[in-house]
Amino acid sequence: MRDKLVYVLGAAAILLFVRNILAITGLPPEAQQGAIFKIIFFHVPMAMTAMLCSFVALVGSVMFLITRNFKYDAVAVAVTEVGLALLLGNLVTGSIWGRIIWGIWWTWDARLTSALVCWLLYAGYLMLRRAIEEPTQRATFAAVFSIFAFIDVPIVIFSIKWWRTQHPQPVFWGGGSFPPDWAQVFWLNVLAMILFGAVMCAVRLSQEEQQRELDSLRRMAHAF
Amino acid sequence: MNFPRQVLVIAIKDLRAEIRTKEAINASFAFALVVLLLFSFAFDPEAETTREISGGLLWIVFAFAGTLVLNRSFARELPNDCLDALIAAPISGAALFLGKALANYVLVMAMEVVSLPVFCIFNNVGGPVSQKIWPILMVMALGTWGLTVIGTIFSALTVNIRLREVMLPMLTYPILVPALMAAMLLTKGLVLGQPLTGDSLTWLKMLIGFDLIYTAVSLALVEIVLVG
Repeated sequence: MRDKLVYVLGAAAILLFVRNILAITGLPPEAQQGAIFKIIFFHVPMAMTAMLCSFVALVGSVMFLITRNFKYDAVAVAVTEVGLALLLGNLVTGSIWGRIIWGIWWTWDARLTSALVCWLLYAGYLMLRRAIEEPTQRATFAAVFSIFAFIDVPIVIFSIKWWRTQHPQPVFWGGGSFPPDWAQVFWLNVLAMILFGAVMCAVRLSQEEQQRELDSLRRMAHAF
Repeated sequence: MNFPRQVLVIAIKDLRAEIRTKEAINASFAFALVVLLLFSFAFDPEAETTREISGGLLWIVFAFAGTLVLNRSFARELPNDCLDALIAAPISGAALFLGKALANYVLVMAMEVVSLPVFCIFNNVGGPVSQKIWPILMVMALGTWGLTVIGTIFSALTVNIRLREVMLPMLTYPILVPALMAAMLLTKGLVLGQPLTGDSLTWLKMLIGFDLIYTAVSLALVEIVLVG
């Protein structure tokens, strides 16, 4: 049942992406930045989905520490991996945009720096997991680290923001204007990205479950 | 025994062990010297620009050398299963953590206080630093507490895992970014002769906030880390 749901959602995400990409290519180039501006349709949804992922990872980690149910640990690791991939996509698309508009691939601007620090934090989470063999200890320590990382994210963002920023202000909440047909495509792509992220998480989740099943079978085989 | 006494007993035990062996503090100070030496090749110590980046350099030395002390904090308890005995002792995990953090704090501060004059001499910033010595010491005290709290809790977290020495800096430095940034910018401002007002004051508050938040979170989570 769940497998079928994953297929359906995956197909929906792909269809939605195709529809959005067709719609995005149909839109005229932006007045000041030209075609490169359209990277925003992927750049920002990736960041939003990654943020959502880090929040779900926090919830999963806290729930694991409370219930000690490995289901939540699997959720935490699945969303962290997907979030990390999406954040990398966000950094790469941003870098491409920066090359065209700013003329440089990277600058130590507030948002770029904080995104990179977040990426390193959650990469540390995955490295920590790899370094611990024992499943209970791995899940517990990873959950603790995930809580530390999540608390750090707003502090990092605030502190680096006090420096200086040359990143464009948010189009949606920063007083910028976005024509309604552009906004519609944008939000549909946010939806597609979240769907895509959810499907990826579901796939990763079932892998984690199979892994645990294999581990327990192996332990049983060794016991005999 | 009440809580403060338990904390003190742990801290004194750690300090006594360290004073007898001197394994962490010697390594840490020697490492700080090596890094300072390497900086002299990377930057021209006579140049005016070195003064501008001196705050950053100083904190890189502190963070790197401090990690050596923090790495040993829980690893020292591994032989003879001392860690299990400590966990089994009739004290709370919070007392154990705070005691260890306190001992580490004293050791890291000692390394820093000895490194600071050497740094000043090597980089020719003795004058400006001595003028602002008290604010600089305050920034060092606050920044080091952040470094110690995060380092101690992650030292407990990484003590039993593979690649312990690699994992500790990998995990702590990204978390420490806000604290190190605040400490670096504050120290830089002080070395350049700026007073602790306006922007600097905001950074100081942020550093204090970082210390408070992570002390609280560490105390709340340390039991889970130690006992599982």
